[in-house]
Amino acid sequence: MTCSRRDFLKNTVGSSLVSALPLSAFTLISSAEAAAALDEAKVRWAFLVDTTACVGCGMCVKACKNENEIPYDAPVTRTWVERYVMTKDGKTHIDSPLGGRDGFIDDKIRDEEIDPADIDKAFFVPKLCNQCENPACVQVCPVGATYQTNDGVVLIDREWCIGCGYCIMACPYGVRFFHPEAKVADKCNFCYHRISKGMDPACVESCAFGARRIANLEDPDDPVANIIRTERVAVLKDEYGTKPHVFYLGLDAGVR
Amino acid sequence: MKLHVLRPLWVAIGLVGLILVSRQFLVPDDFGVHGRNFTYGYHRLSNIQEWKDFPVKHRGREFCVECHEENVSKLNASVHAPVECENCHGPAVNHPDDQENLVLDTTRGLCLRCHAWLDYPNSARGDLVSIEDKRHRRRRECIECHNPHDPREEEE
Repeated sequence: MTCSRRDFLKNTVGSSLVSALPLSAFTLISSAEAAAALDEAKVRWAFLVDTTACVGCGMCVKACKNENEIPYDAPVTRTWVERYVMTKDGKTHIDSPLGGRDGFIDDKIRDEEIDPADIDKAFFVPKLCNQCENPACVQVCPVGATYQTNDGVVLIDREWCIGCGYCIMACPYGVRFFHPEAKVADKCNFCYHRISKGMDPACVESCAFGARRIANLEDPDDPVANIIRTERVAVLKDEYGTKPHVFYLGLDAGVR
Repeated sequence: MKLHVLRPLWVAIGLVGLILVSRQFLVPDDFGVHGRNFTYGYHRLSNIQEWKDFPVKHRGREFCVECHEENVSKLNASVHAPVECENCHGPAVNHPDDQENLVLDTTRGLCLRCHAWLDYPNSARGDLVSIEDKRHRRRRECIECHNPHDPREEEE
């Protein structure tokens, strides 16, 4: 094979230029796809919980169960309220009877009487699905029945779910459960049927104290998103790297 | 090679082919990678719309005020203004068409959710008007004396 100096230089310059181009430069998308991608990118749902405002009335749990057709007396719930009572002896007493569905009207915790004089601090923490950016529950689904929508909410396809329960095990926050009637995995989806119509989730609407609020992080004018951006908020179990999108105001380090 | 050695191979290839063909009929057309990537967006696309079509049960006080203006305006002027109608009256759903009367909770337990005294110094519970459940008119329902639409009414 012969190769002139001219051909050698031509080929060398040409091939190095081509290899310098990233592969993604060749991905073709239609203008409709591009427009849809831009449009959907305008929504990223997140949630703000103000633990200092919560009084533990449990109206959110009641509203959630009625709104989302979760069996009212079954020991499963999409959202729940935990009570934390920290006493002077360093102990933390936690309970959530029926997920806080009927509120907290008794000062006994798990049949244990606690002297008010011994209490250092006591408060309520509402919990719900964190709609993580990297949801562990979605990664483990063997059939593609649970997935993340473009607006950040993790949904479950009730027709496609085989009820294997891997996702229930995978969630670090324990928000998933087996729905006793639908016979599939179930969890909070920020009331997707309501937020996609411009309404508040049922728990947000039923909260008389403003302890629960929904936010669109992509909207620069969203007042709740601005609180998340500008105030000191915390998330649960940050160390798992799931990037949860339920933000807490006034979260105590003792909350698990 | 002898034929009987190859025979299981043909069976295996046939099974794979059968699975591939039946997959074409069983998997919906809109099943595939739709979201961010395969890890998080491998699903049936029409399921998103199915969830959006889930029926709304709580209609909000904007719906209640259409017929019950007197009660809603009384509530809005009272200290109970932040409490939603449906918290006590139950979800409106198809009221009044299919459901003429709502399931109204008038029990003492409903009021005690907020107004039972708990000695919790760091919780907002302490800021509310509260009673000691065991001492305050134990056998009576709250609404016998207090009007939930305007709780201050009787005090005057």
